[in-house]
Amino acid sequence: MKEEIFVSGRHLPNIDPYLHMWHWQIALYLFLGGLAAGILFFAAYYVIMGKEKQMRATVVWAPVIAPFALVIGLMALFWDLTHKLYVWQLYTTVRITSPMSWGAWTLLIITPLSIVWVASYMKEMMPGWDWKYDILNKFEEWVIKIRKPLAWVMMGLSIILGVYTGILLSAFNARPLWNTSILGPLFLTSGLSTGLAAIMWISKDEHERKALSRIDLILILVELFLIIHMFMGFLAGSAVKTEAAALFLGGEFTVTFWVFVIVLGLAFPATLEALELRGYHVPAWLPPLLILFGGLVFRFVMVEAGQITRFLY
Amino acid sequence: MRYAMAIDTAKCVGCGDCVVACQTENNVPHGYCRDWIVESVSGSYPSVQIEIRSERCNHCDNAPCVRCCPTGASHIVEGGIVMVTHEECIGCGACIESCPYDARYAHPDGYVDKCTFCKHRVDKGQDPACVEVCPTHCLHFGDLDDPNSDVSKALKNRDWKVLAPEAGTKPQLYFLT
Repeated sequence: MKEEIFVSGRHLPNIDPYLHMWHWQIALYLFLGGLAAGILFFAAYYVIMGKEKQMRATVVWAPVIAPFALVIGLMALFWDLTHKLYVWQLYTTVRITSPMSWGAWTLLIITPLSIVWVASYMKEMMPGWDWKYDILNKFEEWVIKIRKPLAWVMMGLSIILGVYTGILLSAFNARPLWNTSILGPLFLTSGLSTGLAAIMWISKDEHERKALSRIDLILILVELFLIIHMFMGFLAGSAVKTEAAALFLGGEFTVTFWVFVIVLGLAFPATLEALELRGYHVPAWLPPLLILFGGLVFRFVMVEAGQITRFLY
Repeated sequence: MRYAMAIDTAKCVGCGDCVVACQTENNVPHGYCRDWIVESVSGSYPSVQIEIRSERCNHCDNAPCVRCCPTGASHIVEGGIVMVTHEECIGCGACIESCPYDARYAHPDGYVDKCTFCKHRVDKGQDPACVEVCPTHCLHFGDLDDPNSDVSKALKNRDWKVLAPEAGTKPQLYFLT
């Protein structure tokens, strides 16, 4: 038996007895960042493939969500800073080894880019729209002209953004649950899937929804595959890793994770999508709602549970 | 030059003088601490082992807090001391999340704070405040590269361990067992 106690009365706010430095704002941001990454990725992808006409909701309408998601996400991040007035220090340097530095710079580019993207479709969304100033009209013309190269840039940045939401956590070796490189691809896949869910919710075109639903089904299967691999890695790992996995395999996050993330957030919507593709009637809003909800819960569970895991000595 | 500290767990009685000295020396706000004492009890009666450790920032050679800092506020100065520049810190909490020893905290003024090995004293040739006041002389501070320093001599003939070496941080607090 071994028992360790603080005998000097240590009780640091947000750190003792359990680390809780990052709050709901971070989880919400990780969800919104992934969502925006997913939406922007598919908008860019279908422009590059020259399917702008067939995929209207994907290319034109859904990207409207992205700037809002990014700005709300950034406000949440800002909210959770403790030294807020110094936030500009992020942009005085580039720290190659810090994922947060990568993320800060990526967001600095992709947020205005998403706004420009939406603005360049304003005239299509609202016939008769006028930018009032000549310079804005000229800028719009220019953006429309370079839309394809722009799409390539946006696709690249959206992948970095999606991966970054996972890498942000996995860079901390002090938190064994987070410290697995599989979080990068896992959060990217989850982000792409939630992005698709949002697009499918908006789309009225049966054809478009079917095409997206097919991709989403594959993404959900990839996500489940990655989650299984994550647990395999944990269970084959050192003591701190098996302890981290135990939080989900009988520990306090078991029900939240398996019921809300795996069953309601992934397996059930995947089944519904498969049924829909086979011709059964499924309410159009149901699978997207479940996927978005599952994605949100997944971020919360990972942020909360990860902070409980630690090295014991 | 490589500053380090050796803590004699056989001599430490857990009086807490080091904690109070640090709080006074460094104006640590009420309710916070840069060092603390852990009492580790293992075994069961009648064969019980007790180990008392005065812990603080490990000033790691491979410091994850420095690696994760997005602004460069967390940095390593000469002698391997890990420092935080308050005016560069945004309070994102990445360093706090990355520390396996939970040695950092967010100061009520917003920036992240922690043990500095009392750099302001060390620069003047003095020992850190905690070392200076320890009534049992169980804390040894100095330059590991100097074989005649207090810490080098303390480590020479004793068994020691570091905390969570498997975290790969190469910590520089040595606990004499």
